[in-house]
Amino acid sequence: MLEMLSYVFMQKAFIAGILIATACALLGTFLILRKFSLFGDGIAHISFGGVAAGLLFNITPFIGALVFGLIGSFGILKLREKSKIHADTAIGLVSHASLGLGIFIASIASGFNVDILSYLFGNILAIKDTELILSIILTGIVIIFVTIFNKDLFYIAFDEESAKVSGIKVDLLNTLLILLTAITIVSAMNIVGLMLASSLLIFPAASALQLRKSFKSTIIIATIISILSVIIGISAAYYFDFATAGTIVLVNTAIFLILLVAKKVFK
Amino acid sequence: MQPIIEIRGVSFAYNSIEVLKDINLKINKGDFVGLIGPNGSGKTTLLKLILGILNQKEGEISLFNKKINDFKEWHKIGYVPQKATNIDSNFPATVSEIVSMGLLSVKNLPKIFTKEDNKKIKESLQIVNMQDYSKKRITELSGGQQQRVLIAKALVTNPEVLLLDEPTTGVDSQNQTAFYELLGNLNKKGITIILVSHDIGRITDHVTKIASINQTLTFYGTHKEFCLNDKNHKHIHEHRLCLDKNYEAK
Repeated sequence: MLEMLSYVFMQKAFIAGILIATACALLGTFLILRKFSLFGDGIAHISFGGVAAGLLFNITPFIGALVFGLIGSFGILKLREKSKIHADTAIGLVSHASLGLGIFIASIASGFNVDILSYLFGNILAIKDTELILSIILTGIVIIFVTIFNKDLFYIAFDEESAKVSGIKVDLLNTLLILLTAITIVSAMNIVGLMLASSLLIFPAASALQLRKSFKSTIIIATIISILSVIIGISAAYYFDFATAGTIVLVNTAIFLILLVAKKVFK
Repeated sequence: MQPIIEIRGVSFAYNSIEVLKDINLKINKGDFVGLIGPNGSGKTTLLKLILGILNQKEGEISLFNKKINDFKEWHKIGYVPQKATNIDSNFPATVSEIVSMGLLSVKNLPKIFTKEDNKKIKESLQIVNMQDYSKKRITELSGGQQQRVLIAKALVTNPEVLLLDEPTTGVDSQNQTAFYELLGNLNKKGITIILVSHDIGRITDHVTKIASINQTLTFYGTHKEFCLNDKNHKHIHEHRLCLDKNYEAK
């Protein structure tokens, strides 16, 4: 373990990975409770258009994905509010439009198709300094936001109308939750890739919910599971040359299945 | 007596469909008002207007002598919404965590709970006789118990008014009776209550006034006045409000 940590690229991978894992677990718990779990998947598709546009116009793909992710998530919110379209339909419409754009760009500019693959499937061991710094700042914002507003977000997840009556700024917090989810998905792009980025939002929280604990315990357990899966994934990539993203998702799948079975057995 | 809730000429429409028309209503401190009416009559809409969840297009609503847009003291108002007991079986919350939500209206960021807050949560659970369940998950409780917990959440800020929207939906008959007795006791302690119900026949022993609406306010007065008024016979039949009472006109 210590030998692995003596390499700078591994240090970067662990710092970024643990931060992303924490942010995903925190946001994911609220998204699942709000029944928005597929929102992360939609944002990942939207960000693909941004990556392709970034590569085409020689802009850092991370920035391209971030801009597309934020505009796209805002678009989903507005489409839902103004056109009274259901959330799942709005997610599908915006995400597929952006995915289509990404595929179109990739087809007309075939030279960067190899680069696109690393964004689709992640390459945590090749994180650039600028991307690491951006990830630290952005996930730091997410963690501070959830830490400060976790009680309000919990109340909104339980009963939005009652939360509104209590004077909680429900619309503002809903918008921030969605925008920060977009930021987190883009930040997770280097670790698990866009294809599997939303898995870090869904699995740890879904696993923690199987234990049927209090809200406080659930969010702590989700964070531990998320961090543990990322540490195992990065270590497996270093020692066994396994694919980091795939290992992270498989570890999460195993944890979820174990807890699901345990819940049935020890009911 | 100074009304604590005053509704003057309020109308409301969803898109172009008119739901409420020219409602005028004054609710005084200590009243226990049963808000009745058939399905789709606008009961819940009126409650949401009073709570500021919806904004009225016409008319004016005042709470504690302040226009609703200027009213900030929401801790004075406790709210138990419709379908309150329809809680997702996976929702990860203990009874104590649910009640603590009620305190958020009086906490400043970062909203950390103190020992004093925990004491208030305990006291609130004691009022509804649920103090032994504070560590239990809300989804492990029966419908009637869940409803008591939600009342405790609404009571935790010591509100002066309690608004309940069809609170006994999904609660069995025995627990409904106990629940209405609890509301009656809270009202005797000075809490003003507005209860929306389509089955208000069960609580005539507790309500001090009845407000019957069907887009417009069709009646507002005491139970006795309601039963002695010939115009209300249609509603009497609908709500079985007066079957077990024997009021005689003087």
